[in-house]
Amino acid sequence: MRYESPATIENAVDLLANSDGHAFVLAGGTDLLVRMKGDDFNASLVVDIKSVDGMGQIEETADGFVIGAAVPCAALSEHAALVAAWPGVVEAANLIGSTQVQSRCTMSGNLCNASPAADSVPAMVAANAQARIIGPDGRRTIDVADVPTAPGQTSLAKGEIIEAILLPKPGARTGDAYLRFIPRTEMDIAVVGAAVNLTLDTDGTVQTARVVLGAVAPSVVVVDAAADALLGSKLSEDTLKSVEVACVAASNPIDDKRGTVEFRNQVAGVLGRRAAAIAFERAGGQS
Amino acid sequence: MTFDPSYKEQGLKSVGTRPLRPDGVDKVTGRARYGADFNMPGQLVGRVLRSPHAHARIVRIDTSQAEALKGVKAVVTAADLPDQSNGDAATFAVLDNCMARKKAMYDGHAVAAVAAIDASVAKAALKLIVVEYEVLPHVVDVDVAMAADAPVLDETVFTTGVEPAPKTPSNVANRSEFGHGDVEAGFAKADMIVERNYKTEQTHQGYIEPHACVANCNSDGTADLWVCTQGPFVYRQVCADLLGLDVSKLRVTSSEIGGGFGGKTHVWAEPVALALSRKAGRPVKLVMTREEVFRASGPTSATSIDVKIGAKKDGTITAAEATLRYTSGPYAGMWAELGAMTSFACYDLENVKTVGWEVVVNRPKVAAYRAPSAPMAAFAIESAVDELAHKIGMDAVDFRIKNAASDGSKSSYGPVYGPIGIGPTLEAAKSHPHMSAPLGENQGRGMACGFWFNFGGQTCVDLNIGADGTVTIAVGTVDVGGSRASLSLITAEELGIPYENVKAIVADTSSLGYNDMTDGSRGTFSSSMAAISAARNAIQVMRERAATMWDISVDDIIWEDGHAKAVGATHDNLAPLSVADIAAEAGNTGGPIAGHSELVADGAGVSFGTHICDVEVDPETGSTRVVRYTVIQDAGKAVHPDYVEGQYQGGAVQGIGWALNEEYVYGADGRLQNPGFLDYRIPVCSDLPMIDTQILEIPNPNHPYGVRGVGETSIVPPLAAVANAVSNAVDVRMFHIPVSPPRILAALNAQAKG
Ligand SMILES: Cc1cc2nc3c(=O)[nH]c(=O)nc-3n(C[C@H](O)[C@H](O)[C@H](O)COP(=O)(O)OP(=O)(O)OC[C@H]3O[C@@H](n4cnc5c(N)ncnc54)[C@H](O)[C@@H]3O)c2cc1C
Repeated sequence: MRYESPATIENAVDLLANSDGHAFVLAGGTDLLVRMKGDDFNASLVVDIKSVDGMGQIEETADGFVIGAAVPCAALSEHAALVAAWPGVVEAANLIGSTQVQSRCTMSGNLCNASPAADSVPAMVAANAQARIIGPDGRRTIDVADVPTAPGQTSLAKGEIIEAILLPKPGARTGDAYLRFIPRTEMDIAVVGAAVNLTLDTDGTVQTARVVLGAVAPSVVVVDAAADALLGSKLSEDTLKSVEVACVAASNPIDDKRGTVEFRNQVAGVLGRRAAAIAFERAGGQS
Repeated sequence: MTFDPSYKEQGLKSVGTRPLRPDGVDKVTGRARYGADFNMPGQLVGRVLRSPHAHARIVRIDTSQAEALKGVKAVVTAADLPDQSNGDAATFAVLDNCMARKKAMYDGHAVAAVAAIDASVAKAALKLIVVEYEVLPHVVDVDVAMAADAPVLDETVFTTGVEPAPKTPSNVANRSEFGHGDVEAGFAKADMIVERNYKTEQTHQGYIEPHACVANCNSDGTADLWVCTQGPFVYRQVCADLLGLDVSKLRVTSSEIGGGFGGKTHVWAEPVALALSRKAGRPVKLVMTREEVFRASGPTSATSIDVKIGAKKDGTITAAEATLRYTSGPYAGMWAELGAMTSFACYDLENVKTVGWEVVVNRPKVAAYRAPSAPMAAFAIESAVDELAHKIGMDAVDFRIKNAASDGSKSSYGPVYGPIGIGPTLEAAKSHPHMSAPLGENQGRGMACGFWFNFGGQTCVDLNIGADGTVTIAVGTVDVGGSRASLSLITAEELGIPYENVKAIVADTSSLGYNDMTDGSRGTFSSSMAAISAARNAIQVMRERAATMWDISVDDIIWEDGHAKAVGATHDNLAPLSVADIAAEAGNTGGPIAGHSELVADGAGVSFGTHICDVEVDPETGSTRVVRYTVIQDAGKAVHPDYVEGQYQGGAVQGIGWALNEEYVYGADGRLQNPGFLDYRIPVCSDLPMIDTQILEIPNPNHPYGVRGVGETSIVPPLAAVANAVSNAVDVRMFHIPVSPPRILAALNAQAKG
């Protein structure tokens, strides 16, 4: 197995494009290194992107934030403007693993690993994040939601790398939140995740909303019915109940070692409701 | 010199203090050598091929392609480990578990192994071994396995212990029964009866260090094994038996141990490593992966337990009965029997009966896990006791105090107790501030008691006095929980010298006489007894040397405060001689000075504990947090209180993990779904509060300092204490361990539906 640590993104793309197909991008390595220990794993090439110019930076632009693909999740919480703008995304990224894991792992890696339970993904999708992809044919930008296609699979073509995650500048009176359920307090994988991003009108009613569930289907579930229930409301008890019911209805999990269908459905509703309440409060809302 | 082990009250200088642990620096700096840290020149890498099926006949194994691979030095199958058990079923079970013969009995069962020049060749070789299986119906659930239509794992298993003996084979290997009195008559006198079924899931000891060894068989028939084990002498015997080696020709050296909890009292891959080395003619290193540890090394039993307890309105238990069904993996065990013995051991009962059923299933062979079998029984019994106390409107602690066993009680498993600690731990719990602290919203409190036998056994210690007067004691019990510190303290106490002047080492099997393994909480109890005896023998030698040096009668010399002192009017102007003074002259007075001891440590003394637990449960998600936890246990005498507290805390934490989230999850195909720490959820630090401890010291009459074993009892009460706390928090009884969030929510939903 060959290990490369190119200094430019073009070089990285070249290496991957010309590989035999058993090539992997290495960001934080918190998924990849674990998989590499397995007997069924085979790699001929690993391209470490941490030395690529600019990949480790968070850039604040007029439109939003450009988060390099090698930025460790721990660095997100040290970026005051990002925390102020997208507290839900940052808290989701900082639920991953433990302090040690967060110092290595990246949101791009979380996204490309394409686990249905990835913590940062529902929050990014709720926040309308995009992924900037570079490949042999140049750059393209797609919605984060369109990167994972199935468990363990992405829409990236051979030679393509996510260069950065793009988060928009949130409008005034916006709040987001992410909650997940794990039986322990850390070092666990989400049994259910729920992200809510909403913006209030000047009168304090919800103007736009996105509600996204993780770990309850092969990919994240955008729950339009829950968002619709929020629109125009000030989060009355009835609204929250509707959000909960909509989340339960949209949840489509399997029974597995991490939880039962019944449990996941019920908890998806609870977390959807609770996340909505937190996002509403963060947006400055008053019920 | 005859050794008197009886307890004598005395002022103690070293015992009971908390000096720095002797192994601490090595462990935190990474210098300590664990199983996988040992290497030999020319060693090969061993790997084991394991069955992916829960139950399958091995039709054919073709190893030719693997053998032909460059870099492969040996491939072994069951044919290389021929059956030398001579009809001994227990030995055969160990052999068959190390390497499947006719059938693979569980997902992860070893079917072949390779030794190769490096890890990648070994991995490639595993893929080249062709195994043809005929997949058979399997069963993993204990109740299902007992049903008449269950697939029978072993046609030669006919239930023993029942009359008349059955004519058809089944998965029930044995029935055992304990108790006294007439339970039916007792239930007839009861005002209130609780009768319930409880279940517990299978858990793993979860030691952080996986099994690892280096095996080296020489052409002259001698062999060496460097291994992470709780019992080098036992490993030596078992490996020699399985491989047909001469016991005296196999030398076993134990490494530092990164946790065992019973799981390293049994052999797993060690005989395979020896077989590989024997075939390859080179040393073989074999380190199990975490996945292999979960799939193939010893978990505890899964259980299904029926309990019936009756009491009068005044709180007197009139009768108690339990039927305990324990899985033992694919081979017969005596796990239910242990559960049946421990079930009601805390109580003084007129009428009691327990029945244990040993059930074979397609799961890994069950191994000892800290107070093996007792935690599950305690969960069932202490849950029922709690419920009964609630029903008759009595405080849970008072109800237990009223029925607690004491000095002179006939135990439910037979013996009559001497001075014991169950009553005092309950009284301490009653007056503990934890018991009366206010509870917050969604919080509940539970408590429970636990019992464990403790063990003594064969022990041999060498004590050598160096030329500088410092002392080394060589013991044969592996230090799993701080025994080197405790044994040094005890030796220092007995000799009257500073702790710093004593160093304890764990000797290999060629350097010391036979020692039983570190199990049954026996390490400090038994080895300290032998160390005291060895020290007394050394004192006798030193008095004789002083007599030579002074040229007076040994009868005029006493040993006091680490010195030989001359007594009597004619001698008392002689300056006392220290150990160093006497050691310095040893060359002129008879040579090196040593004390030896070989004994069977009897009278380990049973052990009891009471735990109090507060939890907070989120009623919408079933998420449970332990917010406060207190362990109260009798230590006899806490030699090094830090370590005693550590044992209390460690056992409690393992029990909390078992109670809340740990479980083996099997798919419909009988494959283990969660063979890793990500989905086999042991508690992490942030899951736990500081575990408070209270050490009671009720001296064991059979030990010079009153010591009792403390290592195991602490895992017995937590399952029940946590389950009682959760039940009280959500106001629904929980009957199935672990009380994981899905189980709690399901119970709440069922209650809401009415
Ligand atoms: C102990 C532990 C705990 C964990 N806990 C959690 C948790 O709580 N929640 C959670 O969601 N995850 C958890 N994980 C999984 C993992 O940490 C996350 O998925 C993490 O975000 C992965 O990021 P990484 O940078 O380490 O990815 P890597 O391991 O470097 O890469 C992951 C995958 O993505 C690909 N990849 C990485 N970067 C790019 C890129 N820029 N372009 C294209 N492909 C790329 C890699 O080739 C690889 O296939 C845990 C892992 C461990 C070891």
